[in-house]
Amino acid sequence: MSASDHLIPVVVSNVVEVNPIIKRFEFKHVNGDELPAFSGGAHIVVEMLDDGTKRKNPYSLMSSPFERDQYSISVRRDDTGRGGSKFMHEQVQPGMQMKISAPVNLFALDLRARKHLMIAGGIGITPFIAQMAQADKLGVPFELHYAARSVSQAAYMDSLADRFGDHVSCYCDDQGESVDLEMLLSNQPLGTHVYVCGPKGMIERVVETATSLGWPAAHVHFEHFLAPPVGEPFDVHLAKAGIDITVGAEQSLLEAVEASGTPINCMCRGGACGQCETVVVACEGEIMHNDHWLDEEQRAAKQRIMPCVSRFRGKRLELDL
Amino acid sequence: MGPATMSESLIEESILSRPTYGTLKIVPGLAHYFLADASGAECVIRVVQELPRDMLEKVHILYVPTPGEAALITSLYALGAKRFEHFPTIEEAVAKLGDWLSDAKMGSQLYLAGTEGLVGQGVAKGEACGLDHTAVQCEHRGSLARRVQCVHCKTMIEDVTTQPVKCPSCDLLLLVRDHYSRRLAAFQGVCINAEDPSEEIEIKEVFK
Repeated sequence: MSASDHLIPVVVSNVVEVNPIIKRFEFKHVNGDELPAFSGGAHIVVEMLDDGTKRKNPYSLMSSPFERDQYSISVRRDDTGRGGSKFMHEQVQPGMQMKISAPVNLFALDLRARKHLMIAGGIGITPFIAQMAQADKLGVPFELHYAARSVSQAAYMDSLADRFGDHVSCYCDDQGESVDLEMLLSNQPLGTHVYVCGPKGMIERVVETATSLGWPAAHVHFEHFLAPPVGEPFDVHLAKAGIDITVGAEQSLLEAVEASGTPINCMCRGGACGQCETVVVACEGEIMHNDHWLDEEQRAAKQRIMPCVSRFRGKRLELDL
Repeated sequence: MGPATMSESLIEESILSRPTYGTLKIVPGLAHYFLADASGAECVIRVVQELPRDMLEKVHILYVPTPGEAALITSLYALGAKRFEHFPTIEEAVAKLGDWLSDAKMGSQLYLAGTEGLVGQGVAKGEACGLDHTAVQCEHRGSLARRVQCVHCKTMIEDVTTQPVKCPSCDLLLLVRDHYSRRLAAFQGVCINAEDPSEEIEIKEVFK
């Protein structure tokens, strides 16, 4: 059982081209009902029926948690990916009916914080837009530091600066601007929590800098969804179901298990939440662990796999499903 | 925590709420705040004298001496910390810690050493100032005397060494429990003979 088993029927109420690589999609319930409540940082899984292939990709909600009549997400087009973002950009039109999961939050604000320090890179801005609406209404101090490659790619930079004023600082690589993390993280009052969402390198720099300055781990939060990587097709035996399945080149193992009708737990579909952790019964070959969940020891043991993002190369893989 | 640990604390293992303590060790941090009484002074000296000179700029020490004692004040002063101040009571030193921490930044570390009353009040002040519990280290030294709250009239009783103890405010005879409140930095004292107040119970010195 997982959040994406109970999908909500929605209609695409608006599609907005934010810039050449980012589009915003707005969804309303098909019956006009209120959508489920969520908190800033939550994501939904969007189901895409793409010419016989069923994809489910997670996207952070950027709309205000206080507005339940519609949800908004922003999607960055990735032409080298598996095709989910391309489908959203090319196929999804206003008026179209789709299905989405209820929101799940793996990147919530810690409400004990005396101040929220948010650091966004590129499309990683989206969860913070919802979080800032929440922090603003709660009256808790917050600060956003938003870095983008160029002015033209910096989605929502102007509108956020207008809306939240001094709370927002912007940096564009092509203007030679960058966040001085050492300085920023050395000048935060006790009780501050830092949140980072963006490219892997940015998350690593923030976590490393905060740790070396003595920030407690419980005050450092990050979210990094992985798109399931493409790769060579491979076969898997599902021991409980007693069937063999083939995982296609652009399909994830999780998607292949779901397509076979075999029950499997999952939530984020991006290697972060740990829900789909599955026992490996037999493995003759190499597991490409692409997740953020298992530790080095667990990876080396080859007794666990995260089907949402991990793949296999070798003679035989048998899972306890 | 067993008796063979390095901290030289004599605290025995009990219920989960009863705090146990470790051994101070410098960890990475933007600033290092110390609070100790006379029994904990040697812990501060032990870790601070190992630090490279340039790190002393980040060290701030608060001390509560035993009345009349001066040698440890001299030793602590000689460590060369950026700030060193001493106060006659734990209460005043903890209030000063609050002043210092109100200007402190994320990345600050707090080190507490000495009797349980001092350590507990330092922990509570750190938490009240927004320090995460993982940024606070404690080492217990000296007496096992307890700070006890009478749960009936809420009076705080310092340096309790007996079991049971008589509440100086409401006169009830209190069983000193291992049940500890981190918020109050005190053990809970509960009336031991509520059903029959005439019952005589021997008072023994147990927290030495």
